[in-house]
Amino acid sequence: MFPNRAAVEGVGDAMELAEVKGRSLWADARTRFFRNKAAVISLIMLIMVAGFALFGGVFAQYENDFVDFSLIGSNAYKGVPSVETGHYFGTDSNGRDLFARTVQGTGISLMVGVVGALVAVIVGTLYGATAGYYGGRVDGLMMRIVDVLMSIPFMFVLILMLVIFGRSIFMLFLGIGLISWLDMARIARGQTLTIKNKEFVEVAVATGVHPVKIILRHIVPNLLGIVIVYATLLVPNMIIFESFISFLGLGVQEPATSLGALINEGSRTMQFGYYWQIAYPLFFFVVTIFAFFFVGDGLRDALDPKDR
Amino acid sequence: MLSFVARRLAVAIPTLLILVVLSFVLMYSAPGGPFNSERPLPPEVLANIEAKYGLDQPFWKQIVNYVVGVVTQFDFGPSFQYKDRTVNDVIAQGFPVTLTYGFWSFVVAVTVGVSLGVAAAIKQNTWLDYLAVGISIGAQVLPNFVMAPILLLVFTLWLGWLPGGGWEGGQWNYLIMPVIALSTSYMASIARITRSSMLEVLNTNFIRTAQAKGLPMRRVIWRHAMKPTILPVLSYLGPAFVGMITGSVIIDVFFSTGGIGQFFVNSAFNRDYSVIMGITILVGTLTILFNLVVDILYAWIDPKIRY
Amino acid sequence: MTLRTKLLASTAALLIAGTGAVFADAHATHPETGEPLASDQTFVYRDLDESPSIDPGLAEDSAGGDILRDLFEGLYNQDPAGNLAPGVALSHTVSDDNLVYTFTLRNDAKWSNGDTVTAGDFEYAWKRAASPELASPYSWFIEIMALENASEVISGDVMPADLGVTAIDDTTLEVRLTQPLPYFPLMLTHFTTFPVHQATVDEFGSDWTKPGNMVSNGAYMLTEHVPQEKLVRARNEMYWDNENTILEEVTSLVISDENVALTRYLAGELDRTHVPAGQFPRLSEEFPDQAVSVPEACSYYYMFNLRDAASEDVQDPNVRKALSLAIDRDIIVENVLAGGQKAAYTFTHWATAGFETPDIPMATMTQEDRNAMAAELMAEAGYGADNPLEIDLVYNTSESHKSVAVAVSQMWKQTLGVETVLANQEWQTFLEARSNGDYEVARGGWCADYNEASTFLDLMQSESGYNDSKYVNSEVDALLEEAKTSDNAQANYDRVEEFIAQDTPIIPIYHYASVYMYAENLEGWPFENFQQQWYSKDLFKIAE
Repeated sequence: MFPNRAAVEGVGDAMELAEVKGRSLWADARTRFFRNKAAVISLIMLIMVAGFALFGGVFAQYENDFVDFSLIGSNAYKGVPSVETGHYFGTDSNGRDLFARTVQGTGISLMVGVVGALVAVIVGTLYGATAGYYGGRVDGLMMRIVDVLMSIPFMFVLILMLVIFGRSIFMLFLGIGLISWLDMARIARGQTLTIKNKEFVEVAVATGVHPVKIILRHIVPNLLGIVIVYATLLVPNMIIFESFISFLGLGVQEPATSLGALINEGSRTMQFGYYWQIAYPLFFFVVTIFAFFFVGDGLRDALDPKDR
Repeated sequence: MLSFVARRLAVAIPTLLILVVLSFVLMYSAPGGPFNSERPLPPEVLANIEAKYGLDQPFWKQIVNYVVGVVTQFDFGPSFQYKDRTVNDVIAQGFPVTLTYGFWSFVVAVTVGVSLGVAAAIKQNTWLDYLAVGISIGAQVLPNFVMAPILLLVFTLWLGWLPGGGWEGGQWNYLIMPVIALSTSYMASIARITRSSMLEVLNTNFIRTAQAKGLPMRRVIWRHAMKPTILPVLSYLGPAFVGMITGSVIIDVFFSTGGIGQFFVNSAFNRDYSVIMGITILVGTLTILFNLVVDILYAWIDPKIRY
Repeated sequence: MTLRTKLLASTAALLIAGTGAVFADAHATHPETGEPLASDQTFVYRDLDESPSIDPGLAEDSAGGDILRDLFEGLYNQDPAGNLAPGVALSHTVSDDNLVYTFTLRNDAKWSNGDTVTAGDFEYAWKRAASPELASPYSWFIEIMALENASEVISGDVMPADLGVTAIDDTTLEVRLTQPLPYFPLMLTHFTTFPVHQATVDEFGSDWTKPGNMVSNGAYMLTEHVPQEKLVRARNEMYWDNENTILEEVTSLVISDENVALTRYLAGELDRTHVPAGQFPRLSEEFPDQAVSVPEACSYYYMFNLRDAASEDVQDPNVRKALSLAIDRDIIVENVLAGGQKAAYTFTHWATAGFETPDIPMATMTQEDRNAMAAELMAEAGYGADNPLEIDLVYNTSESHKSVAVAVSQMWKQTLGVETVLANQEWQTFLEARSNGDYEVARGGWCADYNEASTFLDLMQSESGYNDSKYVNSEVDALLEEAKTSDNAQANYDRVEEFIAQDTPIIPIYHYASVYMYAENLEGWPFENFQQQWYSKDLFKIAE
């Protein structure tokens, strides 16, 4: 379920190459990225979805927790999407405005995706860079720990954690982040091993710069390309992951919601003909994930200029 | 190679121990015990039950007893929730089910995914490519808890072709929908990985040389391009396998297949400590073994890798 | 049914039609009603979850009870109306002090292996259920049956042999109680009191409940059991009333998702399934003969935490009353649940036997009046727009609990300006929080153990272990104590309900209904049975 390690590692190799050739990697990458139509369209879509999540609330006629008591129970013919009633997306099965809820759910899903990916990327990069930089026994130990953790069925542990410590967004971030930093750590370590032998690092070591500073100032910035690509590909997976947790009933607390929770509710009523209850949330879910995939692919291709 | 396998197995044992202790501690810090219900039990009844399951003993003694039981007798203890059976019974019944539909999903995901990916790569930028990419992305974004009820509506209610659930010992018609629902998103991922990997391989010099020599395309693909293409797919199989075992939760909920996914979730909600531990250890062991097999395959296919 | 038997059955039907019933087919028509019977007499129904146990001594859930009433037969059964019907016992006599019951057992009751069912089998089963060795979670049932020495046996102070039950001879069972219980015979329809075949338990130990091992005395015997998938039981040829059993095979399928179950019902795979919340109006319009809602012996309520250490906000009875008034129960039963549930202003279910719902003032007011009164009470208590009340409401994870909580929190917000924080906890955490008093307002549900008002109202006793509100009112305690021996208990129950309405330790919200889809050709369902205790031997399928 996580982005493929081999595919992302290619980016690191490419960055080395660019450096050798002495041209501006980032400028080149930008040009290449903007030449990729799918990626650009996806980026625009993504900005629109984010705009919807941020500012959609302005257009909503109702609060996301407001129950319209005249509508519940007669969903099939009264709660339909309509501009007239102000329920642009109809109502959910509890008589709440689906537009407001979709806006709010999109926000939570994006946040879970981005924060989850950030946690994974920050922890993974620092861990991997440290292991790679020190090498030897420290490296061996740190990577064995990663091996050990990789063998733990984390989805099961996450279910246990949510069941035990109660559900909260913080728990969700922590749990999701915990699961996904391992791959990033391996990738970061691999790249660090090569960066470490570069002259600028050797110079820094020779002049007595503190290792922490070397890692933060010299190594991590050179991992940036990989990190960005990995993070972009990780976000949609986080969103999918959250939807699974919501399916189990362990997602965010009411009245807050997420796209996963909305889709799950919608899938329960679709056989009764309330198609809008699944259609709208699913649309935003699919668009978001599609867009992240394409942007991620586009970034990878742009940063890894092998002709694909 | 042998020493590599030995080393990996040596790591496996402490991993499992960590897993056991971790889940045991997690379960014990959970609010609520396995015997709470809407109607609280009278204290004397609760005392009897706790004595029966050894829950009245100190924590360290419980964990030691448990580990000793597992290691020496392969005995995971009685289930707290299902009072007529032991954890071994539960696993013996649920695991073959999960393994069966998991295996077929795996086979379907790999064969269909790889063929789709290869086909798309060879016919890059044709309608076949676009179709394959479209299918694979569409399949990846549709959550399987949406796909499962749709399958049920279509194949059971409207067309009446397939039974809506159950297992019946794993007859083929009971297998179809679980396998589709479980394999689709992995199939999609594998197709995407295969496609990009194949494209990369096709552009390498040795493939170009082979083509230039006038070897037929089919032969080039099979003899030369397939092996390097499959490497990134291989490294995906470990996570995919774990994902499928975890995904069995959804399959069991929708298709009443009775696999370990359902048992795991129910046990977590009911604080059935022993069943949770049993299933976690089982899945952990499998994960370790599977990752090991993948690594060995990797080394076997790609001789550049040295361990 | 295999093709061959199907052919045989239809041939038989042809022959009957052609030659004027030369070949008598035992199941061509119903013995009493004379309705033509379907050739396929199998019944398949949905269970939500796998039952924890199907050992009568260990079983604890109602779905397990449905299975056990088919597999085993106790001293008495319930008839479709919920009255006592003879089971293994034909009759009983009671001593003058109402403490000693003597049951006369039928001599033709047989176990599925041909052994005779004796009074000793009951004695063994009851002592087993109470014994600390079995450690049954339902041993408390032996305790509330008030059997002599029950508590002492459970706590291990005396041997199970001293329990107040003795087999005088093979067909006579003597039971000694510590206090008179008017509803004692009705309790004998409960699965904990079913007999157990000792030789089988001794031979197989805890494996005795597996198919092939289990020996049972009910109308059906266990033939297949795949946990989390299905449980199949087939006609028990040894059952004393076998000739009147019509259904050949009964299967319960575990389907955890109610919508999937409905899909499979509509596809013809099931004969009975739950109606998902809110879908009853639509389904009963589309399938008027199949969607049925009947009262079910449970009450749904919200409880306030009245412990000293609990939040100050809900300690004021007027605030609690305002919160109760502001809940528009009609919307909840008609629009949110929409399954034939009834709005509740009393804790006791309206359909409880011998119970007349007392006149609670709130019940007859219009919702506008209630809202106005609620707003007034809140203002008096010092809450208003500038000082809104904030309340935590916990409920356990479930779609329908969520819908009710969402609606209630909005009613409070829209009429009283109360801010509600919803907290959805999973079941075990929820129970723990509730019994530890770690909540402000919590969901509650209570189902009758027996069909009498005290099964509900006893929860309001200060010392009751189930009084999670920790409501303490000595007058209520006295009234309930007196009701146990009073000839006119109703008057006491009225007073208790008035106290509940006045002090509002709990907010009764609705009385449950059992809402199911039943296959069109399924007949004999005991819809009038308040506890919905059904026996497969009473069911049959008519020819369509």
